[in-house]
Amino acid sequence: MGDFQIRKQPKKYDAIIVGSGAGGGMAAYILANAGLKICLIEAGPMYDPQKNITQLKNPWDSPRRGAGTKFRPFGDFDACYGGWKLDGEPYTQAEGSNWMWWRARMLGGRTNHWGRISLRFGPKDFKRRSIDGLGDDWPISYDDIKPYYDRVDKMIGVFGTNEGLENDPDGYFLPPPKPRLHELIIKKGATQAGVKVIPGRLSILTAKPENPTTERGTCQYCGQCNRNCSYYKADFSSPNVLIYPAMKTGNIDPFPDCMVREVLTNKEGEATGVSYVNKDDLQEYQVEGRVVILAASACESARLLLNSKSQRHPNGLANASNVVGKYLHDSTGADMGGVLPQLFDRKRYNEDGVGGLHVYSPWWLDNKKLDFPRGYHIEYWGGMDQPSYGFGLGIEGQNGRFSVKGKEKQPGGYGKSLKEDYRYFYGAGVGMAGRGETVAREDNFCEIDPVVVDKYGIPVLRFNTKYSDYEFKQAKHMKETFREIMHNMGAIITWGDDDSEKNNWGLSRPGQIIHEAGTVRMGDDPKKSALNKWSQAHDCKNVFCVDGGQFVSQADKNITWTILALSMRASEYIVDQLKKNNL
Amino acid sequence: MDRRDSLKLIATGAIAAPAILAGCKPDEKKAKEETKETKFALDRNKDEQKHEESLLKDKYFTDHEMATITVLADIIIPKDEVSGSASEAKVPDFIEFIVKDMPEHQLPMRGGLRWLDIESLKRFERSFVDISAQQQLQIVDDIAYPEIKWKENGKEVKKGNVKPEMKPGVAFFNLMRNLTASGFYTSEIGVKDIGYAGNQSSNKWNGVPDDVLKQYGLAYDEKELKECVKF
Repeated sequence: MGDFQIRKQPKKYDAIIVGSGAGGGMAAYILANAGLKICLIEAGPMYDPQKNITQLKNPWDSPRRGAGTKFRPFGDFDACYGGWKLDGEPYTQAEGSNWMWWRARMLGGRTNHWGRISLRFGPKDFKRRSIDGLGDDWPISYDDIKPYYDRVDKMIGVFGTNEGLENDPDGYFLPPPKPRLHELIIKKGATQAGVKVIPGRLSILTAKPENPTTERGTCQYCGQCNRNCSYYKADFSSPNVLIYPAMKTGNIDPFPDCMVREVLTNKEGEATGVSYVNKDDLQEYQVEGRVVILAASACESARLLLNSKSQRHPNGLANASNVVGKYLHDSTGADMGGVLPQLFDRKRYNEDGVGGLHVYSPWWLDNKKLDFPRGYHIEYWGGMDQPSYGFGLGIEGQNGRFSVKGKEKQPGGYGKSLKEDYRYFYGAGVGMAGRGETVAREDNFCEIDPVVVDKYGIPVLRFNTKYSDYEFKQAKHMKETFREIMHNMGAIITWGDDDSEKNNWGLSRPGQIIHEAGTVRMGDDPKKSALNKWSQAHDCKNVFCVDGGQFVSQADKNITWTILALSMRASEYIVDQLKKNNL
Repeated sequence: MDRRDSLKLIATGAIAAPAILAGCKPDEKKAKEETKETKFALDRNKDEQKHEESLLKDKYFTDHEMATITVLADIIIPKDEVSGSASEAKVPDFIEFIVKDMPEHQLPMRGGLRWLDIESLKRFERSFVDISAQQQLQIVDDIAYPEIKWKENGKEVKKGNVKPEMKPGVAFFNLMRNLTASGFYTSEIGVKDIGYAGNQSSNKWNGVPDDVLKQYGLAYDEKELKECVKF
């Protein structure tokens, strides 16, 4: 360590953006197009969907046939580098906490593999406290964010239908794909159970969007959005749709494989830039900027703020309120699966469709009449998927239980008879998943572990989260609903139906659904919130947070579309404030 | 930063000088890596490449074990009128790779193969690969049909009957069947056999084929026909 020193980047930037997913990508796009000079820091490597390709590969192109690894837990073809555990970057749990933390490490982050489900929050979602007395209202309303949702729809593109629903607003939708066979059967069964089924809302181009950021093709219906659309840029990922188009301005310098250590501040308490470690050369650097924008993910942004202590900010940056890290919450999840006997021995055809559901169920009930306060939506799956590792797993549970072409068989087996069985049962699987709103609570939080550091010497997060009766009862309701829908469809449930209070009705672990939010929340009261309604730190005007951290509550909706809209809104505010010399 | 990308980006001017200062300056050693062509069929990041290369260097199963795996795989998936056998689809090679990739399979596979040889030795005084096909099936018939249970209308239903002393063999054969099926139906032969018709470029999804809709007594409603994308 004889030559240990901090190297200062000679170039001073207008804005430093930490993180390159939905929030960081949108900020980079808006600011670079406004002519600002951007330093875009990413903790993972560069990644270009045009060159780093897994799309349209066959299962045998992967030696593990698409199975997950510690590098790609969601499968060998999945486009996201990262995982639940990263070598040399631990996190810890307080007693009784079992938070699961997904961290993407690459340009574009999780947007490279996400489910593309793009739901606007509705008017009620910004005012939950006014409705049920729990949590807090947002400092903004649906009307404040609506123009930005509209522009995101037109710029990035989303298919769906205008249904005139009160809390699932209409938008500028491209035409949705027709339902698949199992989706028609689901629609019938769910409707019979009083559950509304409408076309999905996914950011996949079934037609050209009105105001695209770059030249993009339309969907080729290969069902592989989780591999990122290398061929047509037909789905939304931050690299394809925001970052590479924005780099054409020449205003963005990407700093890949750089892990930010802290936000630097001056004597007046204003941010001057960030310090970071370069993962390749392990050297320490500093870079200066007029504005620092955090988009590192809800928990990483909170960690960074809490680690940015100074005389003026002894409790961490943007944390005079002491709320940073608190109100951490994820979507709830519970699932059920089975088979549709009417689809045994089904006719083969290409039913890949888009990479995700063609229909879904938005929340259809009134919580005032239920014993839990917040709703959920239902996602559906099934059909004739590309075989991958795990194909035919546990065939004994099928060929021993259901007769094959009228013949009763013993479970398991081998030979020609077994080959017949694999063919017979293929494509008959079906299932559903509830994704619901958790109540954001002060006592669910992440904080800096006082002892543990990662391999770069950066103090790590310690999680302390637990679900409550609100979430358990919601999961129970999900299961009851799923059971009824499956029954109406004539499906036979093969898993997810043996839950009880003993396993919290099959409720996912907090963090597991990877929709975490709330740790750097916005609000009008600087004593109760880290950011104001412009995503700007109350106690440090040139620091912003544009990821899921800023959410007050996350609705029964996936959060990406709202991250994009809020980041666009904050970024235009930054441009305006810089012009006025207010930052 | 991925070196290949970094050089390309620098060459096209997409990355300005400060990024190079950030520690992305390509030195001689790294430039050498640049020229090495990837042998992987799909995108591999730096860490994955290292991992993959180390996996490919090792060999796990002995020749005898591989011979036994091959015999078993072909008993599970033989050639029939639709498609070829497991060994024609290179399932044994897949199993060799997958136990290195998923070390949790190593002990159950090695131990199970040994259990099978001992059983064969007890019954026929030779190892499994050296007994006749008929004798092999005698053993397989004792371990190929596991007991299962499920719930029907709240009641537990059981099926199958395994001799207690055969249970380790049944557990092994379940694993062997699962790995064989995974390997076979993800091979070119197996994907064709199962009839997966997707993974096509420039595909158009125009809904469920008419004859299939008719078969299930289903139809798209007016709203769907009006709103959905059609070709």
